Amino acid sequence: MLEDDPEGKKVNAATDLAHERQARERENWTRALATLAETRDRKLFAELFAHFGPRVKAYIIRLGMPMATAEEITQEAMLSVWRKAHLFNAAKASASTWIFTLTRNLCIDRMRRERHMEYELPDDKADPQERHDGEQAVLEQRMRKAIDTLPDAQAQVLFLSYYEGKSHSEIAEQLGIPLGSVKSRLRLAFGKLKQHWEGES
Amino acid sequence: MNISHHFDDATLISYSSGSLPQGMALLVASHLHWCPECRVRTEETDTIGGALLDALAPVALADDALEQLLARLDAVEVEPAPAPAPVQNSDNDDELPAPLAAVLGQPIDALPWRRVGYGVQQVDLGLEGPGATRLLRIQPGISVPHHTHRGNELTLILRGSYTDEVGRFQRGDVADVDTEVQHQPIVDTDQECICLIATDAPLKFSGLIGRLAQPFIGL
Ligand SMILES: [Zn+2]
Repeated sequence: MLEDDPEGKKVNAATDLAHERQARERENWTRALATLAETRDRKLFAELFAHFGPRVKAYIIRLGMPMATAEEITQEAMLSVWRKAHLFNAAKASASTWIFTLTRNLCIDRMRRERHMEYELPDDKADPQERHDGEQAVLEQRMRKAIDTLPDAQAQVLFLSYYEGKSHSEIAEQLGIPLGSVKSRLRLAFGKLKQHWEGES
Repeated sequence: MNISHHFDDATLISYSSGSLPQGMALLVASHLHWCPECRVRTEETDTIGGALLDALAPVALADDALEQLLARLDAVEVEPAPAPAPVQNSDNDDELPAPLAAVLGQPIDALPWRRVGYGVQQVDLGLEGPGATRLLRIQPGISVPHHTHRGNELTLILRGSYTDEVGRFQRGDVADVDTEVQHQPIVDTDQECICLIATDAPLKFSGLIGRLAQPFIGL
């Protein structure tokens, strides 16, 4: 019965549509951020703020920061978005990924109580993987879709790393599994995400 | 630079998610400075973070959050000290990767090297967090005692080379090992070997020499 289940097909089609819509949204936000660098348009910034601000705050809370601190770091992160927009390269990252790295660095900063050393890395001009603007957003959407398909054990170590900032040893201790298992689960998860990343392009 | 040993995926995930201790993050950034291959992989692990950020249920901000922020947009930014300019494709064999150079603040030979064993000198970078971050300078023919690890250990070769059970490691290469690996590196040319080593837990030496050397080397 399964192969001929019209209901199931409808559900799949609906999910695909939702993913397509999300991919377009990601692309739009990425364009918006790239535009902000040129126009310095405050209205556009307010839109970016309305979309990303609450997500940035959610991420900071997940990392274990108190509410007030989360509010404060969110302000700092979005201020960085405004100030550093000219450094954003849409061929290298989507808006979400770029804003994620800015926020992460600010959180590291705060947790270490010292200035995070932001390392300027060489610019890979002749990058064979160079993508056109917006393509990163599509890749990210594909990644998001792939994360949903990970086995629970692999998704769990990924969430503990990214959402809770836990080191391999801390995860091992929390889950009561050997350090090697934490690492192999992360490796397996990354391998699967990479398949989606590379396979469908 | 001809790099043939890179990071474990799991290490780059920790780097991207911001969960590495400071010294290990410094070591990763230093290798990334030299290694285009790992830079591409880091873009991928960063993208996981972007996708996960987007997946979160939004949490409402304070009512006046936007207003407050808009008021700050015109404020003059106090510029932090500029990051050191990245140097690429340097032929100078003593060139340090920019992130490490910024932390050390002086040439490698001018550092206060301290003798910690026969043919072995070290400088502890004294960074915060679990584990330790140190530079090790090992004379030709010397081997570091057999040891295993309770946590992760990252090594970045800055000068010279060594060989262990895994293979040969030269300038720019990283060794990324954990509890599963027991190894005994030996400096394999007539040039001394200098490397940056960062751990997230103390090393555990095995064998008699290891037990004798551990308190001495203080690794
Ligand atoms: Zn590499």
